[in-house]
Amino acid sequence: MTSPYPFAAIFGILIVALTIASGLIWIERRLLALWQDRYGPNRVGPFGLLQVLADTIKLLAKEDWIPPFADKPVFIIAPAIIMITVLMSFAVIPIAPGIIISDLNIALLFFLAMSSLGVYSIVLAGWSSDNKYSLLGGVRAAAQMLSYEVFMGLSLMGVVLLSGSFDLVDIVHAQRKIWFIIPQFLGFVLFLIAGLAETRRLPFDLPEAESELVAGFHSEYSGMKFGMFFVGEYLGVTLISAMITILFFGGWMGPVLPPIVWFLLKMFFFIGVFILMRASLPRPRFDQLMAWAWKLMLPLALANLLVTGAVVLAFFH
Amino acid sequence: MQVTEATAVDQLQEKFPQVSLVRESARDGIPTAWIPAGHVSELMQFLKTGIEQPYAMLYDLTGIDERVRVNRDGQPASDVTVVYHLLSFERNEYIRLKVALHTNHLSLPSITAIWPAANWYEREVWDMFGVRFEGHPHLERILMPKTWVGHPLRKDHPARATEMGPFQLPEEKEEREQEALRFHPEAWGMERSRDGADFIFLNVGPQHPGTHGVLRIVLQLDGEEIVDAVPDIGFHHRGAEKMGERQSWHTYIPYTDRVDYLGGVMNNFAYLIAVEKLAGIEVPPRARTIRIMLAELFRIISHLVWYGTFAQDLGQMSPVFYTFNDREKAFGIIEAICGARMHPNWFRIGGVAQDLPNGWEAMVRDFISYFPPRLREYDREVLANRIFKGRTVGVGECTTQEAVEWGMTGPNLRATGFAWDFRKKQPYSGYENFEFDIPTALHGDCYDRALVRVEEMRQSVRIIEQCVNHMPDGPYKSLDPLASPPLKERTMHDIETLITHFLSVSWGPVVPPGEALGAIEATKGNNGYYLVSDGGTNSYRTRIRTPSFPHMQMLPLLCRGRMIPDLLAVLGSLDYVLADIDR
Repeated sequence: MTSPYPFAAIFGILIVALTIASGLIWIERRLLALWQDRYGPNRVGPFGLLQVLADTIKLLAKEDWIPPFADKPVFIIAPAIIMITVLMSFAVIPIAPGIIISDLNIALLFFLAMSSLGVYSIVLAGWSSDNKYSLLGGVRAAAQMLSYEVFMGLSLMGVVLLSGSFDLVDIVHAQRKIWFIIPQFLGFVLFLIAGLAETRRLPFDLPEAESELVAGFHSEYSGMKFGMFFVGEYLGVTLISAMITILFFGGWMGPVLPPIVWFLLKMFFFIGVFILMRASLPRPRFDQLMAWAWKLMLPLALANLLVTGAVVLAFFH
Repeated sequence: MQVTEATAVDQLQEKFPQVSLVRESARDGIPTAWIPAGHVSELMQFLKTGIEQPYAMLYDLTGIDERVRVNRDGQPASDVTVVYHLLSFERNEYIRLKVALHTNHLSLPSITAIWPAANWYEREVWDMFGVRFEGHPHLERILMPKTWVGHPLRKDHPARATEMGPFQLPEEKEEREQEALRFHPEAWGMERSRDGADFIFLNVGPQHPGTHGVLRIVLQLDGEEIVDAVPDIGFHHRGAEKMGERQSWHTYIPYTDRVDYLGGVMNNFAYLIAVEKLAGIEVPPRARTIRIMLAELFRIISHLVWYGTFAQDLGQMSPVFYTFNDREKAFGIIEAICGARMHPNWFRIGGVAQDLPNGWEAMVRDFISYFPPRLREYDREVLANRIFKGRTVGVGECTTQEAVEWGMTGPNLRATGFAWDFRKKQPYSGYENFEFDIPTALHGDCYDRALVRVEEMRQSVRIIEQCVNHMPDGPYKSLDPLASPPLKERTMHDIETLITHFLSVSWGPVVPPGEALGAIEATKGNNGYYLVSDGGTNSYRTRIRTPSFPHMQMLPLLCRGRMIPDLLAVLGSLDYVLADIDR
């Protein structure tokens, strides 16, 4: 059911995704402000909505400085990688029936592969900056994202077992009777945590950790290159929220309202959850983070897979 | 006081009959003796460990340039005097020891082997007075830049920029200054590599979001693990002590506000207690209660800044906004009373600047009913948070013994389980009339330091409540001629009063010669002003003993073997202010 107008779909989704991602900057700042008893950006345009535009103009107008000690080609490519990998993932997201760029039968694997490639962006940015803070941030990112990826994939295998497919459209259809949040609650929790780690959002923002590492891997970046990391992060948040919606909350399905509205409603709910997490949680230490990943999350993901497999084998075959 | 004075110095004389001690009676009643430079180490060692009821803490170590001091009755000849203040917890008493040095031989043995805390203090005396401490492990400038010429607290060093010719920064000078800041691990006895692997030397600061000001810490890192740390201070040094010698007794009050700039009146408080001891001024009861009320409000205000920023150091974003909102409420009261906020400049010699305004009770009562529920909310939000506990429990521990060795005071000391609060032990300004507890904890780690501070805010609310309920009537300022101008009715009748009025307004008060230490339990620990008056309109020597200085010196001890995020937890939990360290 790939869209009959591929170019229209590509441009449509690209523009919508980028608009949402940059709009998120405003949404996040306003929501954080609401929860923190202050106003947030409310000066530029109605409700401060044009703040994003003002920020973009500012970033574009800034000197695009490359430190003389940096590894120039890698330094330039790094921010592009994160944009490319996240945007590629959007290609397989079924927003509503007929609104999808490419209905791959291995869409889930494609998503996992793309998010793995995204790590390169952070690691290379940290490495090529030739700055100790950036390096430490990059090393943290590599360790964190590799560890959390392991059980991110495993946490989704329960969903795959239940639906019998890697195709995201099939997975949504398989939730006609019951959303996978019910049978796969543990899988959902694990994926949510892995998703937070994957997007490097608090409490998993260790690669940046501004109070420790200044700005971590992107300390040396300025102008639009910095802007790309910034938007890349919000694109990541949007992507993970969309994936949670698709994998555990029945995608576009819902009564009365049109499918696309349901999809967006669910997605924005999870974006809100992401922002709420940022507003409320402190940041764990690096070794604690790794210990959780390997000692707690991974065994849980394996147990979830084992139990789901046994149940599927016993009752559905 | 008189009895113990005899005993403390007597015991010393008895133990060392061959050493000639010269006694001095100070205006503040602290037992004072001059000791010869050659015997410093053995006397100190005896006072620390040998004597019964020992002096466990090196409270302060500083110098006085005596060369132009006129009123030195009975004191041995000296060009530069090194002054040691030791504190005994068992005796609940200080002892002041002085060593006379002469410009042709400004040198005496280091006591860093006895008290590790002496390290920075001796460096400071070297920096400021040019006194060499033999056997010091790293005698180097600490507050001034390494390229500085001269020793600023000597009387012949200029005090104002205008006395020094225009400042210029040609390129070669800029390069020289930058080169002076380069860190050389070898100079600190550090290896550059071990077992074939290089250490990373990470320069944290002076511009860094986690250091709460212009503080530089050089970390020796093995991966993310801190092998060693070297704090580099002095970027915030403004010569507050030197200014004390220039300003009149009154006009120095606003300068003290800026030392611990989160503590507001706490600085005025310690300074004025010392001045009032020198001048022998009795503060009326109402003024004393107003002072306590404002001091406790400022304790809350300062702790709220600490609370929010500590959580933020650990990555928690929101609490800082809540605590700053509450701080704003408290500042509302401060503003209504003092007219200013962070730098109220409100206490005066012998009292406070003005009486409390109409309606102050309602404001304060409103705050004390509003604030405790907020604290309970923060308990749930911060102290009970598991990630927060994971980041702070067992991190940056120190024992009571270590804390005392290193000169730790205040909430940080109490977090180790030692219930020592100057408000209780050496009550000043009428604290003995108030009911409050001394919160303590057990382990002396970052979490315990947080617990103690949070509990202290509750106790401060209790004290403030008692102030409101029992605010005495009467004058808000002493009528002593050194504190207040004579009453208007009297000035018009006799010329003597008129002249006194004229002089004390145009020159400022003339404080009788002498020395006094005024020390209080400030927001961050013990804040002490050691003042020397030469019978003039300004101080001959103003020494500010701040709590943050020894706390920062402990940093390497607290974070060795831990990770970079722990450094931030330790820094946050120590609660320091750079201006309080560098003065």
